Amino acid sequence: MDIILQELPQQLVNGLTLGGIYALIAIGYSMVYGVLSMLNFAHGEVYMIGGFTGWWVLHYFSTQNVPFMHASLVITVTILVVMLCCGMLGILIERVAYRPLRGAPRMNLLLSALGVSIFLQNLVLTLQGAKVKVFHISHLIPESVRTFEIGGVVFSFMRLLVIAISFGMMLILSYVIKQTRAGKAMRATAQDIEAAEFMGIDVDRIVMLVFFVGSALGGAAGILVSLLFTQVDYYVGFQAGLKGFTAAVLGGIGNIKGAMLGGILLGLTEALAVSVFPSAYKDVVAFTILIIVLIFRPWGLVGEKLPEKV
Amino acid sequence: MTKHQIPNTKYQTLNTSHPLIELINVDIFYGSMQVLFSISLRVFQGELICLLGGNASGKSSTLKTILGICKPSKGRVLLNGQDTGKLKTRDVISKGVSIVPENRRIFPHMTVLENLEMGAYLRNDREEIRKDMENIFDLFPILRERSLKQGITLSGGEQQMLAMGRALLSRPSLLLMDEPSMGLSPRLVDQQFEIIQKVNSMGTAVLMVEQNASMALSIADRGYVLQTGSVVIEGNAEELINDPMMQEAYLGGGDGDV
Repeated sequence: MDIILQELPQQLVNGLTLGGIYALIAIGYSMVYGVLSMLNFAHGEVYMIGGFTGWWVLHYFSTQNVPFMHASLVITVTILVVMLCCGMLGILIERVAYRPLRGAPRMNLLLSALGVSIFLQNLVLTLQGAKVKVFHISHLIPESVRTFEIGGVVFSFMRLLVIAISFGMMLILSYVIKQTRAGKAMRATAQDIEAAEFMGIDVDRIVMLVFFVGSALGGAAGILVSLLFTQVDYYVGFQAGLKGFTAAVLGGIGNIKGAMLGGILLGLTEALAVSVFPSAYKDVVAFTILIIVLIFRPWGLVGEKLPEKV
Repeated sequence: MTKHQIPNTKYQTLNTSHPLIELINVDIFYGSMQVLFSISLRVFQGELICLLGGNASGKSSTLKTILGICKPSKGRVLLNGQDTGKLKTRDVISKGVSIVPENRRIFPHMTVLENLEMGAYLRNDREEIRKDMENIFDLFPILRERSLKQGITLSGGEQQMLAMGRALLSRPSLLLMDEPSMGLSPRLVDQQFEIIQKVNSMGTAVLMVEQNASMALSIADRGYVLQTGSVVIEGNAEELINDPMMQEAYLGGGDGDV
Protein backbone atom coordinates (compact mmCIF):
# COMPACT_ATOMS: atom_id res chain seq x y z
CA MET A 1 0.00 0.00 0.00
CA ASP A 2 2.82 2.38 0.90
CA ILE A 3 4.44 1.87 -2.45
CA ILE A 4 1.19 2.61 -4.22
CA LEU A 5 0.75 5.86 -2.28
CA GLN A 6 4.34 6.86 -2.95
CA GLU A 7 3.83 6.33 -6.64
CA LEU A 8 0.45 8.01 -6.69
CA PRO A 9 1.52 11.49 -7.86
CA GLN A 10 3.53 9.95 -10.65
CA GLN A 11 0.77 7.59 -11.68
CA LEU A 12 -1.59 10.54 -11.64
CA VAL A 13 0.66 12.37 -14.08
CA ASN A 14 0.94 9.23 -16.20
CA GLY A 15 -2.82 8.84 -16.10
CA LEU A 16 -3.48 12.42 -17.13
CA THR A 17 -0.92 12.11 -19.94
CA LEU A 18 -2.57 9.00 -21.30
CA GLY A 19 -5.99 10.47 -20.58
CA GLY A 20 -5.29 13.66 -22.50
CA ILE A 21 -4.11 11.61 -25.47
CA TYR A 22 -7.11 9.25 -25.37
CA ALA A 23 -9.42 12.22 -25.07
CA LEU A 24 -7.92 13.91 -28.15
CA ILE A 25 -8.45 10.72 -30.16
CA ALA A 26 -11.91 10.10 -28.74
CA ILE A 27 -13.07 13.60 -29.70
CA GLY A 28 -12.55 12.77 -33.37
CA TYR A 29 -14.57 9.57 -33.07
CA SER A 30 -17.36 11.32 -31.25
CA MET A 31 -17.57 14.38 -33.50
CA VAL A 32 -17.83 12.25 -36.62
CA TYR A 33 -20.35 9.94 -35.00
CA GLY A 34 -22.32 13.02 -33.98
CA VAL A 35 -22.86 14.31 -37.50
CA LEU A 36 -22.83 11.10 -39.57
CA SER A 37 -23.75 8.36 -37.05
CA MET A 38 -20.78 6.36 -38.25
CA LEU A 39 -17.68 4.93 -36.59
CA ASN A 40 -14.70 6.30 -38.44
CA PHE A 41 -12.35 3.38 -37.96
CA ALA A 42 -9.76 5.12 -40.12
CA HIS A 43 -9.27 7.59 -37.29
CA GLY A 44 -6.48 5.53 -35.67
CA GLU A 45 -4.49 5.70 -38.91
CA VAL A 46 -4.79 9.48 -38.95
CA TYR A 47 -3.22 9.40 -35.50
CA MET A 48 -0.42 7.21 -36.80
CA ILE A 49 0.17 9.46 -39.80
CA GLY A 50 0.31 12.37 -37.36
CA GLY A 51 3.36 10.70 -35.79
CA PHE A 52 5.04 10.15 -39.16
CA THR A 53 4.30 13.66 -40.40
CA GLY A 54 5.83 15.00 -37.19
CA TRP A 55 8.92 12.88 -37.74
CA TRP A 56 9.39 14.34 -41.21
CA VAL A 57 8.84 17.91 -40.05
CA LEU A 58 11.45 17.49 -37.31
CA HIS A 59 13.74 15.75 -39.77
CA TYR A 60 13.42 18.74 -42.07
CA PHE A 61 14.27 21.12 -39.25
CA SER A 62 17.38 19.19 -38.28
CA THR A 63 18.79 18.58 -41.76
CA GLN A 64 17.81 21.56 -43.88
CA ASN A 65 19.86 24.23 -42.17
CA VAL A 66 16.83 26.08 -41.05
CA PRO A 67 17.87 29.22 -39.18
CA PHE A 68 18.13 28.49 -35.50
CA MET A 69 14.78 28.32 -33.76
CA HIS A 70 14.09 27.92 -30.12
CA ALA A 71 13.05 24.38 -29.16
CA SER A 72 9.58 25.49 -28.06
CA LEU A 73 9.03 27.11 -31.45
CA VAL A 74 10.20 23.98 -33.28
CA ILE A 75 7.77 21.84 -31.30
CA THR A 76 4.93 24.31 -31.78
CA VAL A 77 5.49 24.51 -35.54
CA THR A 78 5.76 20.72 -35.76
CA ILE A 79 2.45 20.22 -33.96
CA LEU A 80 0.69 22.86 -36.05
CA VAL A 81 1.97 21.40 -39.34
CA VAL A 82 0.92 17.91 -38.22
CA MET A 83 -2.55 19.17 -37.30
CA LEU A 84 -2.95 20.93 -40.62
CA CYS A 85 -1.82 17.87 -42.62
CA CYS A 86 -3.98 15.45 -40.63
CA GLY A 87 -6.95 17.80 -40.84
CA MET A 88 -6.61 17.88 -44.64
CA LEU A 89 -6.22 14.10 -44.66
CA GLY A 90 -9.48 13.83 -42.70
CA ILE A 91 -11.27 16.01 -45.24
CA LEU A 92 -9.84 13.90 -48.06
CA ILE A 93 -10.98 10.65 -46.41
CA GLU A 94 -14.50 12.01 -45.99
CA ARG A 95 -14.65 13.28 -49.56
CA VAL A 96 -13.32 10.11 -51.17
CA ALA A 97 -14.60 7.30 -48.96
CA TYR A 98 -17.65 8.53 -47.05
CA ARG A 99 -19.48 11.25 -48.94
CA PRO A 100 -20.31 9.06 -51.93
CA LEU A 101 -21.95 6.70 -49.42
CA ARG A 102 -24.11 9.32 -47.73
CA GLY A 103 -27.55 7.79 -47.44
CA ALA A 104 -26.28 4.25 -47.95
CA PRO A 105 -26.80 1.72 -45.15
CA ARG A 106 -24.47 2.36 -42.25
CA MET A 107 -22.76 -0.99 -42.67
CA ASN A 108 -21.38 0.24 -46.00
CA LEU A 109 -19.85 3.27 -44.34
CA LEU A 110 -18.31 1.09 -41.65
CA LEU A 111 -16.76 -1.21 -44.24
CA SER A 112 -15.50 1.76 -46.19
CA ALA A 113 -13.87 3.09 -43.01
CA LEU A 114 -12.17 -0.25 -42.38
CA GLY A 115 -11.00 -0.22 -45.99
CA VAL A 116 -9.48 3.24 -45.59
CA SER A 117 -7.80 2.08 -42.40
CA ILE A 118 -6.18 -0.92 -44.07
CA PHE A 119 -5.22 1.19 -47.08
CA LEU A 120 -3.52 3.91 -45.02
CA GLN A 121 -1.68 1.40 -42.86
CA ASN A 122 -0.29 -0.36 -45.90
CA LEU A 123 0.46 2.88 -47.67
CA VAL A 124 2.66 3.95 -44.77
CA LEU A 125 4.19 0.47 -44.57
CA THR A 126 5.10 0.67 -48.25
CA LEU A 127 6.44 4.20 -48.12
CA GLN A 128 8.17 4.10 -44.74
CA GLY A 129 8.90 0.46 -44.10
CA ALA A 130 8.08 -1.65 -41.10
CA LYS A 131 10.99 -0.40 -39.03
CA VAL A 132 10.31 1.84 -36.07
CA LYS A 133 11.07 5.48 -36.81
CA VAL A 134 13.04 6.98 -33.94
CA PHE A 135 12.76 10.64 -33.03
CA HIS A 136 16.14 12.21 -32.31
CA ILE A 137 15.03 15.11 -30.21
CA SER A 138 17.56 15.05 -27.39
CA HIS A 139 18.90 18.39 -28.66
CA LEU A 140 15.46 19.99 -28.34
CA ILE A 141 14.98 19.31 -24.67
CA PRO A 142 18.23 19.41 -22.69
CA GLU A 143 18.94 16.63 -20.25
CA SER A 144 18.76 19.06 -17.36
CA VAL A 145 15.07 19.85 -17.78
CA ARG A 146 13.86 16.45 -18.90
CA THR A 147 12.90 15.46 -15.39
CA PHE A 148 12.60 17.52 -12.28
CA GLU A 149 11.78 16.86 -8.69
CA ILE A 150 9.18 18.44 -6.46
CA GLY A 151 8.96 17.21 -2.87
CA GLY A 152 10.65 13.93 -3.57
CA VAL A 153 8.49 13.15 -6.58
CA VAL A 154 10.12 13.02 -9.97
CA PHE A 155 8.12 14.54 -12.84
CA SER A 156 8.79 14.16 -16.53
CA PHE A 157 8.86 17.42 -18.43
CA MET A 158 7.53 15.82 -21.62
CA ARG A 159 4.57 14.33 -19.80
CA LEU A 160 3.62 17.66 -18.28
CA LEU A 161 3.97 19.23 -21.71
CA VAL A 162 1.64 16.63 -23.21
CA ILE A 163 -0.89 17.25 -20.44
CA ALA A 164 -0.71 21.01 -20.91
CA ILE A 165 -1.09 20.82 -24.69
CA SER A 166 -3.88 18.24 -24.74
CA PHE A 167 -5.92 19.92 -22.03
CA GLY A 168 -5.30 23.31 -23.64
CA MET A 169 -6.63 22.00 -26.95
CA MET A 170 -9.70 20.62 -25.19
CA LEU A 171 -10.38 23.98 -23.57
CA ILE A 172 -10.09 25.77 -26.90
CA LEU A 173 -12.35 23.22 -28.59
CA SER A 174 -14.94 23.52 -25.83
CA TYR A 175 -14.99 27.28 -26.29
CA VAL A 176 -15.28 27.03 -30.07
CA ILE A 177 -18.13 24.51 -29.87
CA LYS A 178 -20.00 26.47 -27.25
CA GLN A 179 -19.59 30.04 -28.39
CA THR A 180 -18.70 30.47 -32.04
CA ARG A 181 -21.03 30.51 -35.02
CA ALA A 182 -19.31 27.52 -36.61
CA GLY A 183 -19.39 25.63 -33.30
CA LYS A 184 -23.10 26.22 -32.91
CA ALA A 185 -23.67 25.15 -36.49
CA MET A 186 -21.74 21.95 -35.72
CA ARG A 187 -23.93 21.23 -32.73
CA ALA A 188 -27.08 21.97 -34.69
CA THR A 189 -25.95 19.67 -37.50
CA ALA A 190 -25.14 16.89 -35.03
CA GLN A 191 -28.53 17.21 -33.34
CA ASP A 192 -30.67 17.34 -36.47
CA ILE A 193 -28.93 17.44 -39.82
CA GLU A 194 -32.10 18.13 -41.82
CA ALA A 195 -33.30 20.90 -39.53
CA ALA A 196 -29.80 22.38 -39.71
CA GLU A 197 -30.13 22.51 -43.46
CA PHE A 198 -33.48 24.29 -43.04
CA MET A 199 -31.59 27.02 -41.16
CA GLY A 200 -29.44 27.56 -44.23
CA ILE A 201 -26.44 25.79 -42.72
CA ASP A 202 -24.18 24.26 -45.36
CA VAL A 203 -24.06 20.82 -43.78
CA ASP A 204 -21.49 19.49 -46.25
CA ARG A 205 -19.10 22.21 -45.12
CA ILE A 206 -19.89 21.45 -41.48
CA VAL A 207 -19.15 17.76 -42.03
CA MET A 208 -15.84 18.76 -43.63
CA LEU A 209 -15.09 21.00 -40.68
CA VAL A 210 -15.87 18.18 -38.27
CA PHE A 211 -13.49 15.86 -40.09
CA PHE A 212 -10.84 18.57 -40.17
CA VAL A 213 -11.03 19.34 -36.46
CA GLY A 214 -11.37 15.71 -35.37
CA SER A 215 -8.47 14.56 -37.55
CA ALA A 216 -6.29 17.50 -36.57
CA LEU A 217 -6.74 16.61 -32.90
CA GLY A 218 -6.12 12.92 -33.66
CA GLY A 219 -2.93 13.88 -35.49
CA ALA A 220 -1.88 16.08 -32.59
CA ALA A 221 -2.33 13.09 -30.27
CA GLY A 222 -0.14 11.05 -32.64
CA ILE A 223 2.75 13.50 -32.64
CA LEU A 224 2.50 14.08 -28.88
CA VAL A 225 2.78 10.37 -28.14
CA SER A 226 5.60 10.01 -30.66
CA LEU A 227 7.49 12.86 -28.98
CA LEU A 228 6.88 11.28 -25.60
CA PHE A 229 8.13 7.82 -26.52
CA THR A 230 10.44 9.19 -29.28
CA GLN A 231 9.25 6.63 -31.79
CA VAL A 232 6.46 5.73 -34.17
CA ASP A 233 5.69 2.82 -36.46
CA TYR A 234 3.03 2.03 -39.03
CA TYR A 235 1.03 -0.16 -36.63
CA VAL A 236 0.44 2.20 -33.69
CA GLY A 237 -2.85 3.49 -35.10
CA PHE A 238 -4.73 0.28 -34.44
CA GLN A 239 -4.20 0.21 -30.70
CA ALA A 240 -4.61 3.96 -30.31
CA GLY A 241 -7.79 3.87 -32.36
CA LEU A 242 -9.25 1.17 -30.15
CA LYS A 243 -8.40 3.11 -27.01
CA GLY A 244 -9.86 6.30 -28.42
CA PHE A 245 -12.99 4.43 -29.43
CA THR A 246 -13.25 2.91 -25.94
CA ALA A 247 -12.92 6.37 -24.41
CA ALA A 248 -15.59 7.76 -26.74
CA VAL A 249 -18.01 4.95 -25.86
CA LEU A 250 -17.20 5.31 -22.18
CA GLY A 251 -18.18 8.97 -22.28
CA GLY A 252 -21.13 8.49 -24.59
CA ILE A 253 -20.39 8.43 -28.30
CA GLY A 254 -21.46 11.53 -30.17
CA ASN A 255 -20.90 13.69 -27.12
CA ILE A 256 -17.72 15.79 -27.17
CA LYS A 257 -17.64 16.50 -23.45
CA GLY A 258 -18.21 12.78 -22.92
CA ALA A 259 -15.23 11.97 -25.14
CA MET A 260 -13.02 14.25 -23.06
CA LEU A 261 -14.25 12.80 -19.80
CA GLY A 262 -14.10 9.22 -21.09
CA GLY A 263 -10.53 9.70 -22.31
CA ILE A 264 -9.31 11.17 -19.05
CA LEU A 265 -11.05 8.51 -16.98
CA LEU A 266 -9.68 5.71 -19.15
CA GLY A 267 -6.15 7.09 -18.88
CA LEU A 268 -6.36 7.47 -15.12
CA THR A 269 -7.83 3.99 -14.68
CA GLU A 270 -5.10 2.41 -16.78
CA ALA A 271 -2.35 4.23 -14.90
CA LEU A 272 -3.76 3.31 -11.51
CA ALA A 273 -4.32 -0.27 -12.62
CA VAL A 274 -0.65 -0.48 -13.54
CA SER A 275 0.29 0.41 -9.98
CA VAL A 276 -1.80 -2.49 -8.69
CA PHE A 277 -1.60 -5.16 -11.40
CA PRO A 278 1.36 -6.06 -13.60
CA SER A 279 1.57 -3.52 -16.41
CA ALA A 280 0.81 -6.18 -19.00
CA TYR A 281 -2.79 -6.07 -17.78
CA LYS A 282 -3.19 -2.41 -18.76
CA ASP A 283 -5.15 -3.18 -21.91
CA VAL A 284 -7.18 -5.83 -20.14
CA VAL A 285 -8.41 -3.12 -17.81
CA ALA A 286 -9.26 -0.78 -20.68
CA PHE A 287 -11.25 -3.31 -22.63
CA THR A 288 -12.92 -4.74 -19.55
CA ILE A 289 -14.23 -1.23 -18.97
CA LEU A 290 -15.45 -1.11 -22.57
CA ILE A 291 -17.34 -4.39 -22.18
CA ILE A 292 -18.88 -3.37 -18.86
CA VAL A 293 -20.00 -0.01 -20.26
CA LEU A 294 -21.45 -1.66 -23.35
CA ILE A 295 -23.43 -4.09 -21.21
CA PHE A 296 -24.74 -1.79 -18.50
CA ARG A 297 -24.62 1.72 -19.89
CA PRO A 298 -24.27 1.56 -23.67
CA TRP A 299 -25.15 5.24 -23.97
CA GLY A 300 -22.07 6.13 -21.90
CA LEU A 301 -21.47 8.23 -18.83
CA VAL A 302 -22.80 11.56 -20.08
CA GLY A 303 -24.46 10.47 -23.29
CA GLU A 304 -28.20 10.17 -23.28
CA LYS A 305 -30.45 7.25 -23.91
CA LEU A 306 -31.84 7.74 -27.37
CA PRO A 307 -34.00 5.51 -29.45
CA GLU A 308 -32.17 4.22 -32.51
CA LYS A 309 -32.36 6.85 -35.22
CA VAL A 310 -34.44 5.71 -38.14
CA MET B 1 -61.92 32.62 -34.88
CA THR B 2 -62.82 34.64 -37.94
CA LYS B 3 -60.75 36.01 -40.66
CA HIS B 4 -60.82 39.70 -39.93
CA GLN B 5 -60.21 39.85 -36.23
CA ILE B 6 -56.78 41.26 -36.79
CA PRO B 7 -56.35 44.51 -38.73
CA ASN B 8 -55.21 43.40 -42.09
CA THR B 9 -53.34 45.32 -44.71
CA LYS B 10 -52.10 42.52 -46.86
CA TYR B 11 -54.63 42.88 -49.63
CA GLN B 12 -52.99 46.10 -50.74
CA THR B 13 -50.01 44.17 -51.97
CA LEU B 14 -51.86 41.11 -53.11
CA ASN B 15 -51.50 39.96 -56.70
CA THR B 16 -49.50 42.99 -57.73
CA SER B 17 -46.33 41.17 -58.76
CA HIS B 18 -45.27 37.74 -59.92
CA PRO B 19 -45.79 34.93 -57.43
CA LEU B 20 -43.31 34.36 -54.61
CA ILE B 21 -43.34 30.71 -55.45
CA GLU B 22 -44.82 29.03 -58.47
CA LEU B 23 -44.96 25.35 -59.36
CA ILE B 24 -45.77 24.70 -63.00
CA ASN B 25 -46.84 21.17 -63.98
CA VAL B 26 -44.39 19.53 -61.62
CA ASP B 27 -43.82 15.76 -61.63
CA ILE B 28 -41.88 14.25 -58.74
CA PHE B 29 -40.58 10.71 -58.53
CA TYR B 30 -39.14 8.84 -55.56
CA GLY B 31 -37.09 6.30 -57.41
CA SER B 32 -39.52 4.78 -59.84
CA MET B 33 -42.62 5.79 -57.88
CA GLN B 34 -44.37 8.95 -58.98
CA VAL B 35 -45.72 10.97 -56.07
CA LEU B 36 -46.69 14.27 -57.70
CA PHE B 37 -48.57 14.44 -60.99
CA SER B 38 -48.36 17.73 -62.85
CA ILE B 39 -48.85 19.92 -59.81
CA SER B 40 -49.38 23.63 -60.40
CA LEU B 41 -49.55 26.02 -57.51
CA ARG B 42 -48.72 29.63 -56.77
CA VAL B 43 -48.36 31.74 -53.68
CA PHE B 44 -48.35 35.53 -53.96
CA GLN B 45 -46.81 38.00 -51.57
CA GLY B 46 -48.71 38.27 -48.32
CA GLU B 47 -51.11 35.42 -49.01
CA LEU B 48 -52.12 32.70 -46.59
CA ILE B 49 -52.55 29.49 -48.54
CA CYS B 50 -53.42 26.07 -47.23
CA LEU B 51 -52.56 22.78 -48.81
CA LEU B 52 -55.08 20.13 -47.81
CA GLY B 53 -55.34 16.42 -48.33
CA GLY B 54 -55.16 13.10 -46.56
CA ASN B 55 -52.16 10.95 -45.88
CA ALA B 56 -49.85 10.31 -48.81
CA SER B 57 -51.67 12.85 -50.94
CA GLY B 58 -48.40 14.59 -51.80
CA LYS B 59 -48.57 17.55 -49.40
CA SER B 60 -45.16 16.96 -47.88
CA SER B 61 -43.62 16.18 -51.25
CA THR B 62 -44.89 19.54 -52.47
CA LEU B 63 -43.12 21.31 -49.60
CA LYS B 64 -39.98 19.28 -50.28
CA THR B 65 -40.15 20.37 -53.90
CA ILE B 66 -40.36 24.02 -52.92
CA LEU B 67 -37.38 23.54 -50.59
CA GLY B 68 -35.35 21.97 -53.38
CA ILE B 69 -35.07 18.62 -51.58
CA CYS B 70 -37.04 16.92 -54.35
CA LYS B 71 -36.16 17.89 -57.88
CA PRO B 72 -38.91 17.79 -60.52
CA SER B 73 -38.39 15.40 -63.40
CA LYS B 74 -40.85 17.50 -65.37
CA GLY B 75 -42.16 21.01 -64.86
CA ARG B 76 -40.62 24.03 -63.19
CA VAL B 77 -40.36 25.57 -59.76
CA LEU B 78 -40.00 29.35 -59.77
CA LEU B 79 -38.95 31.29 -56.70
CA ASN B 80 -39.49 35.02 -57.24
CA GLY B 81 -39.65 34.19 -60.93
CA GLN B 82 -36.30 32.40 -60.83
CA ASP B 83 -35.94 28.71 -61.61
CA THR B 84 -34.82 26.74 -58.55
CA GLY B 85 -33.76 23.74 -60.60
CA LYS B 86 -30.13 23.86 -59.50
CA LEU B 87 -30.56 25.38 -56.06
CA LYS B 88 -29.78 23.46 -52.92
CA THR B 89 -32.04 23.71 -49.90
CA ARG B 90 -29.88 26.27 -48.20
CA ASP B 91 -29.92 28.46 -51.33
CA VAL B 92 -33.71 28.36 -51.30
CA ILE B 93 -33.63 29.29 -47.60
CA SER B 94 -31.26 32.16 -48.31
CA LYS B 95 -33.74 33.51 -50.86
CA GLY B 96 -36.39 34.11 -48.26
CA VAL B 97 -38.12 30.78 -47.69
CA SER B 98 -38.37 29.39 -44.18
CA ILE B 99 -40.03 26.33 -42.72
CA VAL B 100 -41.61 25.18 -39.49
CA PRO B 101 -41.07 21.48 -40.05
CA GLU B 102 -43.41 18.69 -39.13
CA ASN B 103 -42.84 17.71 -35.49
CA ARG B 104 -41.11 21.07 -34.97
CA ARG B 105 -37.57 19.68 -35.17
CA ILE B 106 -36.04 22.17 -32.75
CA PHE B 107 -32.46 21.49 -31.67
CA PRO B 108 -33.03 19.55 -28.45
CA HIS B 109 -29.70 20.23 -26.75
CA MET B 110 -29.35 23.86 -27.61
CA THR B 111 -30.91 26.60 -25.54
CA VAL B 112 -33.97 28.50 -26.71
CA LEU B 113 -31.71 31.44 -27.45
CA GLU B 114 -29.31 29.30 -29.48
CA ASN B 115 -32.19 27.77 -31.40
CA LEU B 116 -33.33 31.27 -32.32
CA GLU B 117 -29.78 32.23 -33.28
CA MET B 118 -29.73 29.28 -35.68
CA GLY B 119 -32.83 30.73 -37.31
CA ALA B 120 -30.81 33.87 -38.05
CA TYR B 121 -27.79 31.82 -39.20
CA LEU B 122 -27.59 33.45 -42.63
CA ARG B 123 -27.92 36.99 -41.34
CA ASN B 124 -25.09 39.30 -40.27
CA ASP B 125 -27.01 42.33 -39.01
CA ARG B 126 -26.54 41.82 -35.29
CA GLU B 127 -28.55 44.82 -34.19
CA GLU B 128 -31.51 43.90 -36.36
CA ILE B 129 -31.34 40.28 -35.20
CA ARG B 130 -31.47 41.49 -31.61
CA LYS B 131 -34.55 43.58 -32.41
CA ASP B 132 -36.22 40.69 -34.21
CA MET B 133 -35.50 38.47 -31.25
CA GLU B 134 -37.19 40.97 -28.97
CA ASN B 135 -40.19 40.91 -31.29
CA ILE B 136 -40.28 37.13 -31.12
CA PHE B 137 -40.11 37.31 -27.32
CA ASP B 138 -43.00 39.82 -27.37
CA LEU B 139 -44.97 37.46 -29.59
CA PHE B 140 -44.15 34.45 -27.39
CA PRO B 141 -43.41 35.77 -23.88
CA ILE B 142 -42.91 32.25 -22.56
CA LEU B 143 -39.81 31.90 -24.75
CA ARG B 144 -38.22 34.88 -23.03
CA GLU B 145 -38.68 33.17 -19.67
CA ARG B 146 -37.23 29.95 -21.01
CA SER B 147 -34.48 31.54 -23.12
CA LEU B 148 -31.63 29.75 -21.33
CA LYS B 149 -33.38 26.37 -21.09
CA GLN B 150 -32.55 23.49 -23.42
CA GLY B 151 -35.03 22.96 -26.22
CA ILE B 152 -35.83 19.44 -25.09
CA THR B 153 -37.16 20.70 -21.74
CA LEU B 154 -39.92 22.72 -23.42
CA SER B 155 -43.50 21.49 -23.67
CA GLY B 156 -44.96 20.63 -27.07
CA GLY B 157 -46.70 23.98 -27.36
CA GLU B 158 -43.58 25.88 -26.37
CA GLN B 159 -41.54 23.89 -28.87
CA GLN B 160 -44.01 24.85 -31.59
CA MET B 161 -43.58 28.52 -30.65
CA LEU B 162 -39.82 28.09 -30.71
CA ALA B 163 -39.92 26.47 -34.14
CA MET B 164 -42.10 29.33 -35.34
CA GLY B 165 -39.82 31.98 -33.83
CA ARG B 166 -36.78 30.26 -35.27
CA ALA B 167 -38.34 30.21 -38.72
CA LEU B 168 -39.30 33.88 -38.52
CA LEU B 169 -35.81 35.00 -37.54
CA SER B 170 -34.59 34.53 -41.09
CA ARG B 171 -37.12 37.23 -42.07
CA PRO B 172 -38.77 35.00 -44.64
CA SER B 173 -41.05 36.34 -47.33
CA LEU B 174 -42.58 32.86 -47.53
CA LEU B 175 -43.15 30.76 -44.44
CA LEU B 176 -43.86 27.07 -44.97
CA MET B 177 -45.70 25.27 -42.20
CA ASP B 178 -45.86 21.50 -42.17
CA GLU B 179 -48.79 20.25 -40.05
CA PRO B 180 -48.73 23.05 -37.47
CA SER B 181 -51.58 21.57 -35.46
CA MET B 182 -50.08 18.09 -35.20
CA GLY B 183 -49.68 16.83 -31.66
CA LEU B 184 -51.10 19.94 -30.03
CA SER B 185 -54.06 20.14 -27.69
CA PRO B 186 -57.17 21.88 -29.09
CA ARG B 187 -56.50 25.01 -27.06
CA LEU B 188 -52.95 25.20 -28.40
CA VAL B 189 -54.18 24.59 -31.93
CA ASP B 190 -56.42 27.67 -31.63
CA GLN B 191 -53.48 29.66 -30.34
CA GLN B 192 -51.27 28.35 -33.12
CA PHE B 193 -53.69 29.39 -35.84
CA GLU B 194 -54.10 32.84 -34.30
CA ILE B 195 -50.35 33.25 -34.41
CA ILE B 196 -50.15 32.11 -38.02
CA GLN B 197 -52.81 34.67 -38.87
CA LYS B 198 -50.94 37.36 -36.99
CA VAL B 199 -47.63 36.57 -38.67
CA ASN B 200 -49.38 36.59 -42.02
CA SER B 201 -51.05 39.92 -41.30
CA MET B 202 -47.62 41.41 -40.73
CA GLY B 203 -46.80 40.68 -44.35
CA THR B 204 -45.28 37.18 -44.47
CA ALA B 205 -46.83 34.85 -47.00
CA VAL B 206 -47.71 31.49 -45.47
CA LEU B 207 -48.10 28.15 -47.19
CA MET B 208 -49.51 25.72 -44.69
CA VAL B 209 -49.92 21.99 -45.02
CA GLU B 210 -52.71 20.87 -42.75
CA GLN B 211 -54.93 17.87 -42.10
CA ASN B 212 -57.37 19.96 -40.11
CA ALA B 213 -59.19 21.32 -43.17
CA SER B 214 -61.91 23.46 -41.62
CA MET B 215 -59.49 25.06 -39.21
CA ALA B 216 -57.03 25.83 -41.99
CA LEU B 217 -59.71 27.20 -44.33
CA SER B 218 -61.07 29.45 -41.59
CA ILE B 219 -57.92 31.56 -41.75
CA ALA B 220 -56.68 30.96 -45.31
CA ASP B 221 -57.14 33.14 -48.37
CA ARG B 222 -57.01 30.27 -50.81
CA GLY B 223 -56.54 26.54 -50.69
CA TYR B 224 -55.42 23.60 -52.78
CA VAL B 225 -56.67 20.09 -52.18
CA LEU B 226 -54.35 17.25 -53.12
CA GLN B 227 -55.33 13.68 -53.74
CA THR B 228 -52.83 10.96 -54.62
CA GLY B 229 -50.41 13.50 -56.00
CA SER B 230 -52.72 15.72 -58.02
CA VAL B 231 -54.52 18.97 -57.29
CA VAL B 232 -58.21 18.03 -57.32
CA ILE B 233 -59.77 21.25 -56.05
CA GLU B 234 -58.44 24.76 -55.74
CA GLY B 235 -60.01 28.10 -54.99
CA ASN B 236 -60.81 30.76 -52.44
CA ALA B 237 -61.31 29.58 -48.91
CA GLU B 238 -65.04 30.43 -49.00
CA GLU B 239 -65.49 28.49 -52.22
CA LEU B 240 -63.73 25.49 -50.77
CA ILE B 241 -65.75 25.57 -47.57
CA ASN B 242 -68.95 25.51 -49.62
CA ASP B 243 -67.74 23.02 -52.18
CA PRO B 244 -69.91 19.89 -51.97
CA MET B 245 -66.99 17.57 -52.67
CA MET B 246 -64.97 19.25 -49.93
CA GLN B 247 -67.89 19.04 -47.57
CA GLU B 248 -68.13 15.34 -48.08
CA ALA B 249 -64.46 14.36 -48.23
CA TYR B 250 -62.72 16.73 -45.85
CA LEU B 251 -65.17 18.77 -43.85
CA GLY B 252 -67.66 16.00 -43.19
CA GLY B 253 -69.94 16.64 -40.22
CA GLY B 254 -68.37 20.05 -39.78
CA ASP B 255 -66.10 18.98 -36.93
CA GLY B 256 -63.12 19.68 -39.08
CA ASP B 257 -61.34 16.37 -38.83
CA VAL B 258 -60.52 14.39 -41.91
